[in-house]
Amino acid sequence: MNIRNSKYDHALENYSKKIADASVEDMVLNMGPQHPSTHGVLRLELITDGEIVKEVIPHIGYLHRCFEKHAESLTYQQTIPFTDRMDYLASMNNSHAFVMGVERMLGIDKDIPKRIEYIRVLVCELNRIGSHLIAIGTYGIDIGAFTPFLWCFRDREHIMGMLEWASGSRMLYNYIWVGGLFYDLPVGFEERCREFVDYFKPKMVELNQLLTDNQVFINRTANVGVLPLDVAINYGCSGPMLRGSGLKWDLRRIDNYSVYPELEFDVPIGKGEMGTVGDCWDRYKVRVDEIEQSLKMIEQCLDRLQKELKRTPDFDPRAKLPRKTIPKAQDYYVRCEGAKGELGFYFIADGKSEIPTRVKARAPSFNNLSVLPEIAKGVMIADLIAIVGSIDFVLGEVDR
Amino acid sequence: MNFEDIKILLTEKLGLEVVTGEETSGLQPALLIEPDHIAEVCLELRNNPNTYFDFLSSLSGVDYGTATNRFGVVYHLASIPYQTQLTLKISKENNRDLNDLPTFPSITSVYRTADWHEREAYDLVGIFFKGHPDLRRILLPDDWEGYPLRKDYKTAEYYKGIKID
Repeated sequence: MNIRNSKYDHALENYSKKIADASVEDMVLNMGPQHPSTHGVLRLELITDGEIVKEVIPHIGYLHRCFEKHAESLTYQQTIPFTDRMDYLASMNNSHAFVMGVERMLGIDKDIPKRIEYIRVLVCELNRIGSHLIAIGTYGIDIGAFTPFLWCFRDREHIMGMLEWASGSRMLYNYIWVGGLFYDLPVGFEERCREFVDYFKPKMVELNQLLTDNQVFINRTANVGVLPLDVAINYGCSGPMLRGSGLKWDLRRIDNYSVYPELEFDVPIGKGEMGTVGDCWDRYKVRVDEIEQSLKMIEQCLDRLQKELKRTPDFDPRAKLPRKTIPKAQDYYVRCEGAKGELGFYFIADGKSEIPTRVKARAPSFNNLSVLPEIAKGVMIADLIAIVGSIDFVLGEVDR
Repeated sequence: MNFEDIKILLTEKLGLEVVTGEETSGLQPALLIEPDHIAEVCLELRNNPNTYFDFLSSLSGVDYGTATNRFGVVYHLASIPYQTQLTLKISKENNRDLNDLPTFPSITSVYRTADWHEREAYDLVGIFFKGHPDLRRILLPDDWEGYPLRKDYKTAEYYKGIKID
């Protein structure tokens, strides 16, 4: 049965030998795949010396759903639901990136009506808040704070409700389509959204008092898992991970895609307020600050959507939908700022069919997670939990 | 530095044979690089103060189809200080024999992020990277047979004697 070729199996042999040796000298401890604090089915193989983690070997792939293989047999429009299932906490951002890439390949990205672009940004930012709320809430529960988890989920429920109202689904929306949207926003959405913003702002102050400035929380996270900037860049970290290390790098500002150049917002970075720049607390704080900025963007979007880009009876969000999505023969890499970092799609189109020859997804969580063995060397096991939580990955995206 | 300048810089520094061609028809121009020199090229592009391509956005293994039997790797580099992007491509013909995988040099010594990306390309497309420190399968189980993203891949009917429906 075994047709394995030993020529290419050196690494596997070396790995088995390493684990066998380590179990004699040290202890090999499996964390996951069912461990609650690994945020999904991630298995971390730890080589430990007492309480000290000598080495971490992550094993991923338990949630591999063959996104790239599926994408090679479906049309662009049909692939959008699959992108939703990558980072299932921020589905809107995924489909936005994918759709943007296809639209640019088709050359219709300039024809998309402003109202559609604003709605896209609005739902993406709402979804980003939802994703960051989960990151904050589950981070609290990893460290031992139970209340923030409940509060975050309570507030996230409002976002889920609104997005369900718009798209008909709670988590996996399939709302942003190539050339348009599934539907226009429901009547009354803008008002409801404004209500939510007004409700949510004081809740963030409360959350900060409870968790961000909590001395126990600071002691657990400050100076832990410090990720220096050069290491972060070399490991391809992006998003809050990279900004937590003190670099102002936000693709919404760098690439100026969609309507982001028309919106006013800051890019929060880690400053090392409680310890060193790039520690767990900094990464956490960047997410908290980003929620504030997202709220700012949502308010600006709502202003435009209620005034000059108001809903008109004849507005059809599907009017620009291409009849045939056949891009010219080319390859294109699109990148945008997802909730977790730089989300990219690399397309190869043959120019003849609606089905791409190759789609590669560059998932931010995949790259952010790959730095874990580097920053988790020589830490305590309890600190490893804090580091894993601060990376904020979604296994659906790591494994695709 | 624009695309042409980078091309001139590479040929001046590393020799004429390094850049084998270019693709400028699409939205993103790409440089075709001689496969054996890819690590040097990346190192030069990363360290040269005029380019500083310090961020590897993506690394994709590609099977260009059964008609040409070409396998390639596409690198998307980004420069954080200059806010520029660059695409590099290498490719090679291969007879699709599972005992003779297309082999390219690894660039993990230049970009550590390439570690997992190359493991993924090995896992799904079956491209071997010489000099990679730990080239095991990453998304699929260690005992998986074949490379699913190859165009001639046949879906397995049995997995360890269990029929797959």
